[in-house]
Amino acid sequence: MDILGTALPALAQASEMIFQPAVLGYLLLGVVMGLCIGVFPGLGGIAGLSLLLPFMFGMDPVLGLALMIGMVAVVPTSDTFASVLMGIPGSSASQATVLDGFPMAKKGEAARALSAAFASSLFGGLVGAAFLTLFILVARPIVLEFRTPELLMITLFGLSMVGILAGQVPIKGIVAAGLGLMVGTIGEGDSAGALRMATYDMPYLTDGLKLVIVGLGIFAIPEIVSLLRQDRAISEGSMLGGGWLHGVRDWFANIWLSVRCSLIGVTVGVIPGLGGSVVDWIAYGHTVQTSKDKSKFGSGDVRGIIGPESSNNAKEGGGLVPTLLFGIPGSGSMAVFIGAVALLGSGQIEVGPSMLKNNLDVTYAIVWLLALANVAGTLICILGSSGIARLTTIPFALLAPFLFMIISFAAFQSGQNLMDLVALFGIGLLGILMRRFDWSRPAFLIGFVLSNPAETYTNQAVQIARSRFRKGFEEGLEYVFSPIVIVLIIITVISVVVGLRQSKNIRAEGDVQFGTKRAPLIFLAAIFGYLVFAFTNATLIPDFAAADRVFPQFVGFVSIVGCLVLLIQMRFRSEMDPLFCDSEAGNSEGNQHGLWETLAWFAALLILTSLVGFILALAVFLVAFIHFRAGRNWPYALLYGASGIAFMCAMAWVLNRDFPPGLLQSFVKLPWPLT
Amino acid sequence: MVSRKLARRLALSVMCVAGALAPAQALAEGLDLSGKTVEWVIPFSETGGSAKWANFYAPLLSEALPGSPTVVVKFMPGAGSTKGANWFQNQEFADSEGTLIFGSSGSTQFPYLLGDPRVRYEYKDWNVVLASGTGGVAYLPPDLAGKMNGNDASALREVDFIYGSQGATRLDLVPLLAWEMLGLNVEPVFGIKGRGDGRLMFERGEANIDYQTSSSYLKGVTPLVEEGSAVPMMSWGALNPNGEIVRDPTFPDMPTFKEVCEATDGCETSGEKWDAWKAFFISGFPAQKMVFLPNGASQEAILAYSQAFEKVKARSDFPEISAGRLGVYPQMTGAKAAGALKNATEVPDSAKAFVVDWLQERYGVSLK
Repeated sequence: MDILGTALPALAQASEMIFQPAVLGYLLLGVVMGLCIGVFPGLGGIAGLSLLLPFMFGMDPVLGLALMIGMVAVVPTSDTFASVLMGIPGSSASQATVLDGFPMAKKGEAARALSAAFASSLFGGLVGAAFLTLFILVARPIVLEFRTPELLMITLFGLSMVGILAGQVPIKGIVAAGLGLMVGTIGEGDSAGALRMATYDMPYLTDGLKLVIVGLGIFAIPEIVSLLRQDRAISEGSMLGGGWLHGVRDWFANIWLSVRCSLIGVTVGVIPGLGGSVVDWIAYGHTVQTSKDKSKFGSGDVRGIIGPESSNNAKEGGGLVPTLLFGIPGSGSMAVFIGAVALLGSGQIEVGPSMLKNNLDVTYAIVWLLALANVAGTLICILGSSGIARLTTIPFALLAPFLFMIISFAAFQSGQNLMDLVALFGIGLLGILMRRFDWSRPAFLIGFVLSNPAETYTNQAVQIARSRFRKGFEEGLEYVFSPIVIVLIIITVISVVVGLRQSKNIRAEGDVQFGTKRAPLIFLAAIFGYLVFAFTNATLIPDFAAADRVFPQFVGFVSIVGCLVLLIQMRFRSEMDPLFCDSEAGNSEGNQHGLWETLAWFAALLILTSLVGFILALAVFLVAFIHFRAGRNWPYALLYGASGIAFMCAMAWVLNRDFPPGLLQSFVKLPWPLT
Repeated sequence: MVSRKLARRLALSVMCVAGALAPAQALAEGLDLSGKTVEWVIPFSETGGSAKWANFYAPLLSEALPGSPTVVVKFMPGAGSTKGANWFQNQEFADSEGTLIFGSSGSTQFPYLLGDPRVRYEYKDWNVVLASGTGGVAYLPPDLAGKMNGNDASALREVDFIYGSQGATRLDLVPLLAWEMLGLNVEPVFGIKGRGDGRLMFERGEANIDYQTSSSYLKGVTPLVEEGSAVPMMSWGALNPNGEIVRDPTFPDMPTFKEVCEATDGCETSGEKWDAWKAFFISGFPAQKMVFLPNGASQEAILAYSQAFEKVKARSDFPEISAGRLGVYPQMTGAKAAGALKNATEVPDSAKAFVVDWLQERYGVSLK
């Protein structure tokens, strides 16, 4: 009863906060932006939130939340357009929708597929919001008891998810996560300030790599580059066909499937770090398993759309659970979200236990916003579907430079430095290669995101526990092994066991090809080389800063052992073993352009930026790309370039940001925005 | 030329006569920023105390500067403010003509004083136009606070203290050294991202001693004190014009560290250790945040900015709006600011040497 006593007033207060014209306006703005981001293949929640990030500072908390929640909630609604109409996943959360959605569109049933998807998305989103409300109600008293050992266990639980993400070769997943953890330790250590893999001569790395850059580099860039290389013939015209009501009836006929898949989505979302890239596959697998007539799956069965689409909106509600309750990101986009909330207002809101304690009304406001955004997003999608569908007919070669421009801008917000672009390019290359050789990118990102909490909480818990043990053995034990910690340990162990068993059935990257042994071996050797180097580098940290040494040493050691095992396996196994996945083999993706040739465009942008500054370089890049690569005439290319530059300048002007200068700027003084 | 100089001199004397009536317009004739944008660079991220401080002043400064330019706060975080300060060192006044100012903090001062190898900046090259003070308060859980005998803290020596710390070379140096002088056994748990995290650790019962700067104390700890889960131990105090430590005007009822130290056996308010503590306290708190014009700034610009800040301070509503957001602390301009800068950056070599040795010995931190 006491629980309800505090929650009900907070719920009422929250609704008062929300139902104001300004808040609803920002929510709608966020929804529209989210829909656009979702439609563009390759861009998802991470890229969208990264773009909003610089606007958040000092914004009224409720307005800022409305904008962000609006965006995050509807990405999985609108990404269906690309999946159904183009056969390209609009974001990682709707990969499975392609399997049945695209064939339906080819049969002229696009409208039926879309309306079934939207109905499922709406339902899933509402289930997610309802679950979040309930969960906060129940979990709040427990979460308020959390201290450092509990927070550490939650972090480790998140890391244990690597098991289920590992893919077909579990050790590869572990090494990928280890690599993510190691990349996360780059920079000044938190405990003693020792440098890891950085020197003061290159100040950029001493602060470590920023999540925005790693997230965009690992997920967005590989997708954009691969779509660009395929240079696909885009869906011929935007023929949606009729059958809108038919789709809704389809959904209603399968409502129990939708309920089950929504619950799957919520559950997967709750698990820290798992996020969007697998939830649709799990739901799809469940849909196929539980259907009596399996014959039509893959060639246009509407149930194959209802399942994944119910789950991927529901997961946003679930994903907010660890984010709001523990301050541990439920997914990559949630990690950016946490950073953004800290910027709101004068920084009085901080996600995690303190938010549940002091800002319960804000917490519930988020739930309301989530539900509203789902409704608004669905309505806009249905009403504006013919217009939105037309967006997918834009050839990707025209879209790509624009997307790349936006990503570059989002990336250099973090350090306002040319090095941001270099880092983005470097991480992007790593992402492309990981995608190619089927190394789990979600595992890498989980490692990266949880690296810092894992290290800090470990160090702090050890230090505090030591002091407790000095006071008395029992007091120490009580601190380390509280009932919550024990429960969390049990859950973690179960999740590792179940995860490893299930992981073989989940293919986050789709089917894989095999090629020769050479390329996968070179990539593994490169990762091995980095790990050995980072391990040695950590070992050199002197004794007084030991707290900064132990963690990278331990993680590095485990990862190196994993690499050695892989190397030995590679020596003895055949070329058809999943170890040697290589999506370049046999040109399975129908690439029209080579990898290096495509990358050279972006490398050129980078080099040009270092010479003449970002804006001049971007102008040259946009015009040249549109003329030579996309094959448009000069006037078209010039117009494209001019609008791109105008867009960039408007963004930078609103935010009062400068662009990275190049060599030229150190000799000649140029007016803004060329500075 | 001559006539302009004459005019300025005239204006000066007019100002002296006119006194407080309209000082800014009369004198700032040389610098006109109308239609321009002043960039105020803060070498920290958007969430810290410096951001709050700059955001408080920016709109007021905009109104007070000649020509009412737009004042925007720009954040350049990195390496605990060293990155931004190194960048500012390379800026020439001639390039910005008064449209660029820089806000430093205690975290910029300490590495400079301790000879951190990353520091490539020199305070002597910069021109101070405002120095803002603050204070700090240490507090305890009620059961431990009850052990204190008046101001005598010697009974606390048997307690194992845990303190969430941002790092021994940062502002945390001041409380850590103070507690050590009292003979307390405080173990710092490093890896805290901001003082707010330290407070949360205290609230969860994991840390049993903590300190907050004044504004954070007012906002975060006062509610705890009211509900009975925290008790203030001491403030660091404030400096009077003679350079002596007196009670903090924001917390007049709290004893200062000096009083506690005097009442506690074995703690000396003289000698090498005390001088070192006082020097770093002065560097870190009474002139914690300062506003600078870059190297080579013209007298006109310095004067214009000093007077703009004077004008802000002279607003009738200033005591009211600043008390809630900055606390009751001196906001110094002109000669006072220069004096505060001198106090904050010219620490005796003996104090520096003591702290460098102490950091090396106690925490194994080597600054080479």
